[in-house]
Amino acid sequence: MDILSNLALGFSVALSPFTLMLAVVGCFLGTIIGALPGLGPSNGVAILIPLAFTMGLDATAALVLMTSVYYGAMYGGRISSILLNIPGDEPALMTTLDGYPMARQGRAGDALVLSGVASFVGAFLATIGLMLLAPLLAEVAFLFGPPEYFALYALAFATLGGLASRNQAKAALAAFIGLGISTIGLDNSTGMPRYTGGNLHLMDGIDFLVAIVGLFAVSEVFVFIERHGVGSAVGVRLGRVTVPFRDILHSGWSMLRATVIGFFAGVLPGAGASLGSFLAYTAEKAIARDGDSFGTGNPKGVAAPEAGNNAAAGGALVPMLTLGVPGSGTTAVLLALLMTLNITPGPTLFTERPEVVWGLIAALLIANFVLLVMNVPMVKLFVRILSVPAGVLLPMVTMVSFAGIYSISGSWFDLILMVAFGVVGWLFRKLDVPTVPIILGILLGGHMEASLRRAMVVSGGDWTYLFSSPIAVGLWIAAVAGFIAPMFLRGLIRRREAPEVVTDGD
Amino acid sequence: MTRSDRIFGLVVTLGALAYVAGALGIQTSFISDPLGPRAFPMLVGAGAALSGLAIMLRPDAEPDWPPVREFTRIGVATAVLVGYALALQPWGYLVPTAIAAAILSWMIDPRPVRALLTGIGLSVGLYLVFRHALGLGLQPFPRGFF
Repeated sequence: MDILSNLALGFSVALSPFTLMLAVVGCFLGTIIGALPGLGPSNGVAILIPLAFTMGLDATAALVLMTSVYYGAMYGGRISSILLNIPGDEPALMTTLDGYPMARQGRAGDALVLSGVASFVGAFLATIGLMLLAPLLAEVAFLFGPPEYFALYALAFATLGGLASRNQAKAALAAFIGLGISTIGLDNSTGMPRYTGGNLHLMDGIDFLVAIVGLFAVSEVFVFIERHGVGSAVGVRLGRVTVPFRDILHSGWSMLRATVIGFFAGVLPGAGASLGSFLAYTAEKAIARDGDSFGTGNPKGVAAPEAGNNAAAGGALVPMLTLGVPGSGTTAVLLALLMTLNITPGPTLFTERPEVVWGLIAALLIANFVLLVMNVPMVKLFVRILSVPAGVLLPMVTMVSFAGIYSISGSWFDLILMVAFGVVGWLFRKLDVPTVPIILGILLGGHMEASLRRAMVVSGGDWTYLFSSPIAVGLWIAAVAGFIAPMFLRGLIRRREAPEVVTDGD
Repeated sequence: MTRSDRIFGLVVTLGALAYVAGALGIQTSFISDPLGPRAFPMLVGAGAALSGLAIMLRPDAEPDWPPVREFTRIGVATAVLVGYALALQPWGYLVPTAIAAAILSWMIDPRPVRALLTGIGLSVGLYLVFRHALGLGLQPFPRGFF
């Protein structure tokens, strides 16, 4: 068995005491980050990347640490959803629908344990799915040439805005802004400066870490300043925590179905965890016999979206590792981490750096068990951390962001750029322009342009070459469909969610 | 009211056109691939301009802008952060961090004593963590202070 021997290799890398310690630390930090309102997987991982980088960890160790944080934050996101009705991050939004009502009925402990188990089921099975699917996809990816990659990037941008934004034009604009920023600096193939305005700081281009930390972390500070810290932690009371075996058994099938749905939603480039938890929740609501009690504290409504979003988190790693195209905001941040470590994701990663890939997969399996232990018996500890007031938390996030960026670049210019990205991030959030496509554009812009230009070199400037292979055509069709579909889907969803609005006779 | 999006779309479209105009000014070298360094920025700029037009023509409902007073606060916060960025190098880590953290904390939640403690605590605590646990090379005080 190929997979078993690969997995053995992975565990031999990941089972060293040092990496195990990193996994435990990462899971702990991640759960805290996920649980704190206003901090989620993407900004949590974002502010930690520069620090992990300056610590001088090797590639495997850094990956183990950051993916543990990533999974931990996915687990932790449910805590504030259930107790405070504030999702720690967008994917955790669906968990509030039934989790908060359960907590109000005095069943907060049950909801936390149940969702912890559901997270484990989703994340664990998705990691196994990743193990099986990723090598297959890596094989397919070997068939990809420049035109296919160009189409694939287009697909990722077309679907990324997806359901996250309400306006496709704004999602597209965000992607174009990111791509535009990626063209700043010296042109790779001719060495000519572009859009630098003669400023030496801009010759190397804009570091994606600066943009990520600014857009994800610093903008959060402005949001809290505008809100005067309202919507942050309140004193949370949680009674004795017991394991609700009946609910867990009762929602077993829901978790499994949600896992399958979530995993495949995560694999789709650009779709991500929000879609996974959303689809899992609506599917369970539609087939459950007690479907109309969803939204009033039905345990299945807690289990399904949690299993779904954690499965999607695993699924999103599949296109990120095999194609270098992330399936969600957080995997975009993880891609940034890989690029910082000089690892180029793609099909060759599996043959050239198997110890990185399989070490990562082994670390994910370990992280899941660590997280199950942390999130079920130790959940009370994290609940206590929730009561950190915003007036302390947000300044801390800012100071950590500054120290991280300052330690990698040592220049005030990058810090000011980061603040500028923070202000833009706040404005864009007001205007409902999604920021994840901007990040993805900065990350992938260079590759996208390179594949376009390579395609033109191969074909001697013939544009039809871009649509010359069945794979490329298929990807373009998927891109167009993925861009248009949400416009109709959104209409459908809105109508179902708001039945009291009379729509006949306009 | 849809004024915000109309203005935003207009700004975006003009910005995108300026970006395309900038692409025309990029120098090409005589050794170049068939596409050269101008084509991709022009494609991106055209796409952005179209998006801007679409936003202008089909605007969303007005976002819930905060009252003008809040904009001043955001402006003040921005100024504090910019000042902090400029002060880090000449003044060392501890003092600017304590001041910036205290001001931010006070702006989020106006309790002066807690804000002051937050500032000092974060500055010293984070310095110790960064310096000794993570090994970042931060300068605690201005150079030549001792």
